[in-house]
Formats: sequence, structure tokens, C-alpha cells
Amino acid sequence: MKSRFTDKIFVFLCLFAVLVVIAMLAAVLGNITYHGWDRLSWEFISASPTHGMTEGGIFPAIYGTVLLVLLMAIFVVPLGVCVAIYFSEYADRSSRLYRWTRAAVDNLAGVPSIVFGLFGLGFFVQFVGGGVDQVFFGGNLTFRQPAILWASLTMAVLTLPVVIISVEETLRAVPQSFRDASYALGATKSQTIFRVVLPNAMSGVLTGGILAVSRGAGEVAPILFVGAAYFLPHLPTKLNDQFMQLGYHVFVLSTQSPDVEATKPLLYSTVFVLLALTFLLNLVAVAIRARLRVTAGSGR
Amino acid sequence: MGVSAGAHPGAGSESEVKMTVPGPRNDFPLLKTQVRTATDAAHGSADLSKRMETQQVNIYYGKRHAVQDVSIPFYENLITAIIGPSGCGKSTLLRAMNRMNDAIPGYRIEGQVLLDGQEIHTPGTDVITLRRRVGMVFQQPNPFPKSIYDNVAFGLRVNGLVKSRAELDGRVEKALRGAALWDEVKDRLNRNALQLSGGEQQRVCIARALAVQPEVLLMDEPASALDPVSTAKIEELMFELKKDYTIVIVTHNMQQAARVSDFTAFLLSGQLIEFNPTPQLFTRPADPRTEAYITGRFG
Repeated sequence: MKSRFTDKIFVFLCLFAVLVVIAMLAAVLGNITYHGWDRLSWEFISASPTHGMTEGGIFPAIYGTVLLVLLMAIFVVPLGVCVAIYFSEYADRSSRLYRWTRAAVDNLAGVPSIVFGLFGLGFFVQFVGGGVDQVFFGGNLTFRQPAILWASLTMAVLTLPVVIISVEETLRAVPQSFRDASYALGATKSQTIFRVVLPNAMSGVLTGGILAVSRGAGEVAPILFVGAAYFLPHLPTKLNDQFMQLGYHVFVLSTQSPDVEATKPLLYSTVFVLLALTFLLNLVAVAIRARLRVTAGSGR
Repeated sequence: MGVSAGAHPGAGSESEVKMTVPGPRNDFPLLKTQVRTATDAAHGSADLSKRMETQQVNIYYGKRHAVQDVSIPFYENLITAIIGPSGCGKSTLLRAMNRMNDAIPGYRIEGQVLLDGQEIHTPGTDVITLRRRVGMVFQQPNPFPKSIYDNVAFGLRVNGLVKSRAELDGRVEKALRGAALWDEVKDRLNRNALQLSGGEQQRVCIARALAVQPEVLLMDEPASALDPVSTAKIEELMFELKKDYTIVIVTHNMQQAARVSDFTAFLLSGQLIEFNPTPQLFTRPADPRTEAYITGRFG
């Protein structure tokens, strides 16, 4: 009798825990939607901030965020796919090189994001940017400064493990029988990888890319020192321009504004847009995966 | 062991065969007619030429001795079946013939595997060319999740064997005709091959293997995942294919070996127990273990 009672208690506790999670999510979303909804308008999304950020919109921040994650994806997806291919198709799992690179990727995923920011400042801005200026611009300050290029590269390093793990998983899930069939027809290993294995792992490549993008869209710490701007009168047009970004804009509105009370409604709406953007990206990822699954099963 | 000349009376009447054949034959009522066709093919011509051959082949997986000292000739334009219980090494031996085992950790092979008299394991052997000459069909139909056309064209494309789209079209059609599939699929070549039935998928795989024009076709239990009707179609197809190809089929289905093959090799625990013309092996096995296996006493 006693054990049956503890059993019931346990079930109750689990249910309660689930309810807490749901309630917290609902509280966050509800609070933000409630306070942010009023200020949402086409103007808010399409205009620049004005009056010391107490009026106007957040278009430069949206634009900067999208540009940042797109550039980041261009860097991180090919690199991540190559590493995943090495791990899944080439690496001898008992080799030292494999174990070390594996450990490096796993540890990369655990590095606090502010450290990536410092790394980006030291490596990309100072070292690489400084080198580029020396070699191509005769020492004139061009790339040795915070810029969207360095920010997206820093973000690419941060999201690299996400892409690698997602792609590697799907590569490993491609049936051995496909590889066998390819080899038996006289295909080389690289032909097998690029014509059979990788096309069958496209869902993983896309998912990895979108997960990286949605992670990148929400991170602020890594770009604090390498390119995010407090306020810019114009949109970034060159790779070495600074940019505004949604997450950083939230930070700015809530702590750096001359009149915090006046920016509060704007703040809620900005957070709402940031959340919506991230959710939207995740939704797209889910939709693409579902679509790929359908096409894989029923004609091209 | 070996091809014993005159072991079979050749063109004897059915009743003759019946009288001379002891026990086991009765378990294979189908065999009566098959005995003649297969035997005529095997013994009718004196000039059997070896297309492939294994000589004292030993295969190891780490410490496990999977294939022990196996020597089998594979004659041109004939079907050779390799039978034996699960784990006897028959698939391992088959996969050694186009070096599909090479990537398996701990795999080691000794002895010789000859293709047209040439050892295929020399350092100078181009594995890509070898696999083009020795094609393979697997147990589970494994078409790529691409269109029927792209499946069949795959080998031609990766090997750069065609110069124009028109030539590719022609080779794809020829291969599909070769696999007796053209009429069924010619109107839906762009459909995903996975939408076909299991039997059709397997014939796409056969067409895919034929497209690169191999000399030898290795078939690893090609019908074991198929229903009886599809199986019959594959077997029918094999009769057609042996006019142009040397076929080696691994099967654990003894009736199938008896129906389609000209020669049969019986493997047990990695050892070759008996190699003989199929009718002889199934009616008057030389080894008591063969008899025990084909009469269903084990395996």
C-alpha cells in the first residue's frame, strides 16, 4: 500500500514539474506579448530609432541581425559539413587525430559565449584584420576594427558544433547499403560521399544551418566587442561596417538609454520581434525537414 | 571435389535418372526437368572457360577464420551457386570477388582470386575498374532514393562512360531492357525508384549493375527479400542474363540453387565441402555432409 502511495506522489510531482515549465513559458510569452503588442506596427518594423531611441522603429537592428546570421551561415555550413564528413566518413575512430578533434568540438560547444567575443576581438579583429590592413591597405585602418565580417566569423565559430553534430548524425544515418551499392558500381569514396551520402543527409545540413542561425540570432555576448553598434545612422553596406543587432538593441534599450522609462514599451516590442524571428526560423527548419522526408519517400 | 567428367550420364532419359538417383532426389520434385537443362549446359560443351576463380582462398576477420582454403572455378556464361547455412562464409567469399570487404576493419585475405587469370588483390589492381567488371546485386533491394533513370545512370556517370545525354539515354534503356524492366517503367523513368515494388526495385538494382557492362555479376541472395512471384521473375531473368554474363549467386534457398544454377558449391563453416554440377550435387552428393544439408537435416 505504501509503495502505491509513493508512486502516486511521484506522478504528481512529475506533472507539477511539467506544469511549472509550461507556466513559465506562458508567463514570459504572455508578458511580452501583452506589453509589446501596442507598439507593434509596420512603422516599428520598418523605421529607424529616433529621439534618443524613445521613438521610431528597429529596422536597422532587424536588418543587421539577418545580415549577420546569413553571413555566418555562409561560413559555418560548409566548414561544419566538411568536419562532419571527416568524422563520419574518413576518421579512424581509434586514431589520435580523431579523438583530439572530437574533444575539441565537444569543448567548443561548452565555451561561454563571452569568451568567443574576446577571441573574436583578439584573433579576427586584431590579428586577422590587422594583417589584412598591413598587406592590402598599407597599414591604413580598414579591417582592424569591429565589423560585421568579424562578428559573423566569430558567430560561425560559436555555432560550428551545432552544425557538425546535426550533419554528422544524419550522415551516420545514411544506410550502409547505399554506400555499398555506390562502391559496387565503381564509384570512388569522394563520389560516393558527394553523390549518395551527402544528398541523403540534406535534411541534416539544412537543420544544422537553421539551428545555427536561430542560435546566432539570439546571441549577444560574442558580438559585443567585434561589430555590434549602439546606434548607426545608416545600414551596413560593406563587410567592414558595423551593424545594429536585435539582441544587442534589447541590451541597449534596457540599460544604456538616457530615459529607460520612455524606452520600456519599445523594449517589449523589440523582444517580441526577436522571439518571433527565432521561432519563425525554427518553424522553417521543421517545415524543411518534413518536406524533405516527404520527397525522399515519394518521388523527386 | 572438382568437375568430374562423366559423372553424369548426360542425355539419359528421365526414368534413367530416377533409377540411378538415391534418396535425396525425392525431396526435389522440381529437379527432374531442371537436371537436364542445367546439365546439358554444363556438360554439353567441352570448352568451359574460367572467367573467375578462387585458389586456396583464406579469409580472416581479426582472429576468426571465416573462409578456409576455398578453391572454386566460375565458368563463363554459366551460373554458379554458393550454398550453405548462415555464417558459412558464402557472402564473405562473394564480396571478396569484387573486394567489397576491403574496408572492414580486421579483414585479411590470403590465396588468389583471379579474374581472367589476373590476381585482383595485387597492389596495382584498380579497385574501381575491378568493380566495374565485376558487378554486384545485394540481398536487400537498395536503389538510391533517386529517379529510376538516375539510379541506372549512376555507374555510367561516376565512371564517365558516356559522352552525351543521347548515349546515356540509350545505355539506360538497354540496361533496363536487360533487366526485363523497360516495358514496365519506360513511362515513369523520372519516378523515385523507392515507389516501385520490392521485385521491381531489385530489377532496378540489376539494371543499375548491368549498365556499366560488367563481365561477372555477383548476386548476394538477390531474391531472399522478395515474394515468390518476384523471385520467379528474377530467376527467369538470370537465365537470360547468363547468355552475356558469368553469374555467381549466393543463396540459402536450395530449391533456388537447384533451379537456376549450373554448378553448385556447398560451404560449411568456411570450408568448401563439395563443388559439382548442380544436378549431380543435388541428386548424388559426393559428401555425406552435402547430403545431410540438402535433405534438410541441418541448416
